[in-house]
Amino acid sequence: MRLLKHKTNINFLGAFRRKVALSISLLAIVLSIGSLYVRGLDFGIDFTGGILLEVGYPQAADLESIRANLANAGFSDAQVQLFGTETDVLVRLPPTDGNAEEIRDELRTTLAGNGETVDLRRVEFVSPQVGAELAEQGGLAMIFTLLMIFAYVMFRFQWKFATGAVAALAHDVIVTVGFFSIFGLPFDLTVVAAVLAVIGYSLNDTVVAFDRIRENFLKLRGVTAEDSMNTSINEMLARTLITGVTTLIVLTALLVLGGESIAPFSIALIVGIVVGTYSSIYTASATALLLGVNAQDLLEPVKDPDLIDDLP
Amino acid sequence: MNKYPAWLNTLVLVVLLTGLLLALPNIYGTVPAVQIADTDGAAYTEERLEVFARTVENAEISPEAAYLKDGRVVFRFNSIEEQRLAEQRLRDRYAREASIALTQAPRLPVWIRNLGLDPMSLGLDLRGGVYVLLEVDMDTAIDSRMTSYQQDFDERLRDARIRHRVDLNDLNITVRLTSADDLEAARAIIREADADILIADGTDGKSLQVRMTDVQIKARQDFAIEQNITTLRNRVDELGVAEPLVQRQGTDRIVVQLPGVQDPTRLNEIITATATIEFRLVDQTGDQPGTREYRGRPGIQSQKLRRDVIASGDQIVNAEAGFSEGQPAVFINLDSAGGERMLATTRDNVGKPMSTVFIETKREAVTRNGVTEYRRVKTEEIINTATIRGVFKDRFQTTGLNPTEARDLALLLRAGALAAPVYKIDERTIGPNLGQDNIDRGFRAVQIGFLAVIVFMALYYRWFGMIANVALLSNVVFIVALLSLLQASLTLPGIAGIVLTVGMAVDANVLIFERIREELAAGSSPQVAINSGYEKALSSIADANITTLIAAIVLFAFGTGPIKGFAVTLSLGIVTSMFTAIVGTRTIVNLAFGGRKLESIPV
Repeated sequence: MRLLKHKTNINFLGAFRRKVALSISLLAIVLSIGSLYVRGLDFGIDFTGGILLEVGYPQAADLESIRANLANAGFSDAQVQLFGTETDVLVRLPPTDGNAEEIRDELRTTLAGNGETVDLRRVEFVSPQVGAELAEQGGLAMIFTLLMIFAYVMFRFQWKFATGAVAALAHDVIVTVGFFSIFGLPFDLTVVAAVLAVIGYSLNDTVVAFDRIRENFLKLRGVTAEDSMNTSINEMLARTLITGVTTLIVLTALLVLGGESIAPFSIALIVGIVVGTYSSIYTASATALLLGVNAQDLLEPVKDPDLIDDLP
Repeated sequence: MNKYPAWLNTLVLVVLLTGLLLALPNIYGTVPAVQIADTDGAAYTEERLEVFARTVENAEISPEAAYLKDGRVVFRFNSIEEQRLAEQRLRDRYAREASIALTQAPRLPVWIRNLGLDPMSLGLDLRGGVYVLLEVDMDTAIDSRMTSYQQDFDERLRDARIRHRVDLNDLNITVRLTSADDLEAARAIIREADADILIADGTDGKSLQVRMTDVQIKARQDFAIEQNITTLRNRVDELGVAEPLVQRQGTDRIVVQLPGVQDPTRLNEIITATATIEFRLVDQTGDQPGTREYRGRPGIQSQKLRRDVIASGDQIVNAEAGFSEGQPAVFINLDSAGGERMLATTRDNVGKPMSTVFIETKREAVTRNGVTEYRRVKTEEIINTATIRGVFKDRFQTTGLNPTEARDLALLLRAGALAAPVYKIDERTIGPNLGQDNIDRGFRAVQIGFLAVIVFMALYYRWFGMIANVALLSNVVFIVALLSLLQASLTLPGIAGIVLTVGMAVDANVLIFERIREELAAGSSPQVAINSGYEKALSSIADANITTLIAAIVLFAFGTGPIKGFAVTLSLGIVTSMFTAIVGTRTIVNLAFGGRKLESIPV
């Protein structure tokens, strides 16, 4: 079976397509940054601090009466929502004054209300101080990963490729995070982990394409860099799509079956992998091309074992 | 062509069998169990095991298995009822010498147990349990040290008959002398009390400024943390938790993890509790120096109490909750110093009233001008005042608490007080039901995702796809084997990492198979195509995996808790997939297709 006819020859990097792709990317980035600026992110208590309770009721929960009970008990700023099923309720409360233990106990009593037996599934209390630390660590982790990756690609290839790769990754991160902002999805620690995994995945794609580009730069003499890169991307297209498909298959299983608490994580990965696949085709190579990459760049520093094999 | 030497085939087989063996303990599931550990940490022997076993058998419960594990006794049961009953019996008899905990134990056959193999350990989000990050209040630790210096200097100077005043101001102790002639004598006395402390002359020629050195402050902070960790361990042992973790984190934090507990919220409350008691004489005339008014609990009269503490929580060596004349009571044993003091006090004060003060420290957040600050709120309440009817020494009782308070206070007094107050800054409690749900959902996602990928690969690459599927399956086996071997906690994000690995691990095979197809299309013979497909795809596979590994390692370094679990399974998965996808599939391909003439290959 084949996804694609025997050999594709799509002019991915042609002037017109490149312009269209650039416009799409720019638009996505502008929309993302705009939304991040205007709407921000729906940060989970991991980052803001606060109290979260997940409660299982024996029958479908009546959100209105839960809200009313909480308001009566003085928790008018509590966010109440269903979590996955009709019977599961998630209550979130921003950091408040007073003793955290007492507030939590009071919340619990209030939720149990009307003598119902409720299953206290999860209680999380994060102080704003720890929240700020976790946010800082998350940000640092992303920057650090990008730097390490830049260094690795520079070592394995060359700075123009490294810049292309990192541009593609930054694009993926911004658009994935922007997606969470635009659709108002909850952004917690697991999403940060997912975004880091997206960086790993998308880079994986990019590097595989670069590998082939390097090979073809050395093999196809007298061809422009653009053509050579085009050929490489076409040759790798089947592999890019198949790996994308298998990864999306498992992630869809995780999204559908994994439960509500892992859902934001799955969504981040799914969005990130779609965007990452696109960006390793367009953004990464286009950026390298924009920086004037050519076969000469790769001749000196690389000792390709294949080359040595060809020697008499 | 395409033949592996026999030793390589054998090696691959040995690695696979080892993986299967290490992963094997995970298929048996768990049963309710009771774990008994010696309070002093000594390892139990077979003889001891038999003593415990007799107690269980006398209660007419037959454990499904009884054995020693890491110096602890484990009883497995077929039902929760039996487990509870056995726990009760064991607790009744051995609560003083052993920490008895309810837990779940894997139903491993004897031969696996004898090999020392264990299943994966599950993280809190899968087992349920409590995670608490505590911050130790260092200011209070230093304050209390400074106060004891102050008292010590005061006493020593008084004994030396030097007229003086000792004031404490934050981190500075000022010793003011009436006469400048005493300055050197006072300096010598303070130096004698503490050889390292910093002593400077005051500006007026008859005072001394005393401060702790940085080293002393650091030592005091370390002491406070270590002491708190010991106390927390004691408390956790009292509570009976099977695999507790109490660990220092950074300079002033302590992590407590209590996995698999059935009633997490109560444990949670005990951990940070600061409740303790003090005994003081009532100042009947109300004019003694240092006398202070203490509020009574509702229904208990407020009293003026004297400054001197007769005995306090840290002198209590044992405490039991019970009932006295129908009222909840705490029965207390003092250490010898406390006992002597109590004896002297009661002897001199028969017929006079003495009060018991219940002390709790809490922390409250206050927002002022948008800035959140924390302040300590110490509540001191008289829980009872009784007339001293006769002389007593180190054994007595106190009442005035409700049954839960009495039980918790007894536990806290037994376990010892915290050297400095601790505050929760991060707390996650996961109920056992959610844990089980997370396991079920996670494994279903793995199963379905895995199945879908297998079908896809088989359709797309036919026989080669099936070979990749074998590699994929062994990859999951290897991940499970390594997790079991390393005993790294599997978390829900960890399962997500496995799922993601399943999706991504096929990438290496896709790269190879696509390359083989290209080579075939370029006119290579099947054997050459297989060979160069594997050879040429290698550098791409390595690059791709190393970059993902970089991201996973950074994630491990920066991540906390469940996120670390994701980083662990992702990294392990990448490493094992390199082996299974490259060496593993090549072995099968070589065995199936290598060394003979082929017209075509099913790729």
